[in-house]
Amino acid sequence: MSDSLNRIAAMTARYYYILRSSWLRLFEIIYWPAMQMLVWGFLYTYLYESKSAMASTAGLLLGAVLLWDVLFRGQLGFTFTFLEEIWSRNLANLMMSPLQPAELAASLMLMSLIRLLIGTIPVTILTLLLFGFNVYAMGPGLIAFFLNLVLTSWAIGLVVAGLVIRQGLGAESLAYSVMIVLLPLCCVYYPVDALPAWLHPIAWSLTPTYVFEGMRAVLLDGVFRADLMIECLALNAVYLGLAFTAFITLLHSARHKGGLLTMGE
Amino acid sequence: MNIEQFVPARRATSTGNLPARIEIEELPAIAVEDLCKTYRGYYAVDDVNFVVPKGWTVGLLGGNGAGKTTTIAMIMGLVVPSFGRAMVLGHDMARERHKVLKQMNFESPYVALPGRLTVRENLTVFGRLYGVPNLKARIEELIEDFELGDVLDRVTGRLSAGQKTRVAVAKSLINEPEVLLLDEPTASLDPDRAEWVRGRLRAYQQRRGATILLSSHNMAEVEQLCDFVVIMSRGRIVAMGRPRELTERFQCRDLDEVFIYLARVA
Repeated sequence: MSDSLNRIAAMTARYYYILRSSWLRLFEIIYWPAMQMLVWGFLYTYLYESKSAMASTAGLLLGAVLLWDVLFRGQLGFTFTFLEEIWSRNLANLMMSPLQPAELAASLMLMSLIRLLIGTIPVTILTLLLFGFNVYAMGPGLIAFFLNLVLTSWAIGLVVAGLVIRQGLGAESLAYSVMIVLLPLCCVYYPVDALPAWLHPIAWSLTPTYVFEGMRAVLLDGVFRADLMIECLALNAVYLGLAFTAFITLLHSARHKGGLLTMGE
Repeated sequence: MNIEQFVPARRATSTGNLPARIEIEELPAIAVEDLCKTYRGYYAVDDVNFVVPKGWTVGLLGGNGAGKTTTIAMIMGLVVPSFGRAMVLGHDMARERHKVLKQMNFESPYVALPGRLTVRENLTVFGRLYGVPNLKARIEELIEDFELGDVLDRVTGRLSAGQKTRVAVAKSLINEPEVLLLDEPTASLDPDRAEWVRGRLRAYQQRRGATILLSSHNMAEVEQLCDFVVIMSRGRIVAMGRPRELTERFQCRDLDEVFIYLARVA
């Protein structure tokens, strides 16, 4: 067990060294969410001050943007940290070391969380200072939302990483594009009822739907829907298990196909 | 102890280049049995058999596309054989590689150390991955052995090709492996530095009693370092033996001539 923790710590140190080596990388982690928040923040201000029917939903919009960013950046953080190994042609070094796939996954999760906190915390403070929107007013529910979204982002990150191992850098673009498929179906900016009835089962099979419905319940009705969060957590456990199985299967398949040694060439 | 290969009789008689079966007394460090790797019907490695006894240095030779790298990748467990198996210290590398990875290491020109990390950071990360005890002391030893003091805090990606190779070889020795796999370890070095690295490898092998499987195009290097040589062409073994045996068998002056002769006739 201690050997395993030591290897996870070694990999986390490796990713920390990369972050430390370039202030530009660190800046980039904060830059994108901050720019996005500025755009949506100004829209929030405009809607809020317009006293139109849209004014009451302005807070929802900003909350949704912030939480969507947790999901999106969490997955990007996981996948990009993994892609570092491919870009630096280091994957075979890791595969030949005693590092186990589960330990690699654990270190990627840890690093995704660290990158997420670096990117998200300053943005939430910026949102409060510039636009007076306090995301922390969601209370303990925010922790449940954050946790569930992070788990989902890791599950997606694991599958993307597995596909990159199996298919090579041709699958790299999935890192940027895969989340967009979820955007219309997981009801980020509108309730599930806004979708056609035949899409409801699909929407409810996606864990972010529970989080965004939960967020709307907090912001509109002041109610924390623990039932939604528990269901979401259970679904996340299933998806994370399936994603890790897919990661191992794709890794095994890549060993059959060959090419792990030359990956990144 | 003698080296032995499990070569099918038909191949031994068809080429006439392979020595007869010789029994070995203990578990070999590496045993490659009936190893094949096919890609859509193409045999990248075809029925390869050889063993490497503990403490030996064996050279794996062959032209481009001969199947050396695929064979080494199967020995490392990075590629699963289509048929046959590669065993290291008694473990099947397709299924039980995790049991033996701590006792192995490798260096290959296809693989690089993370370029944004300093040499010290890279050695530290890999030392921790391999669970090296007294890591600081081990890194100090490597710094001294490979004269890395002046580049220790430099970013690995900005080193010269020769310096990168020295760091990569140092990394491959970080855990003092029992089994070391080297794919053209001196390819990017000038003759002086190449000789210097060979000296370090020889010293390590003698001190640790390690087993080394080495792929190289440098025949002088192979003659200098290797107890035994396996020559491949088009995925198959076409000859194997001690360097001197091979030169005598093919009536050549050196391994270079043997290599050229086999490349043309095999």
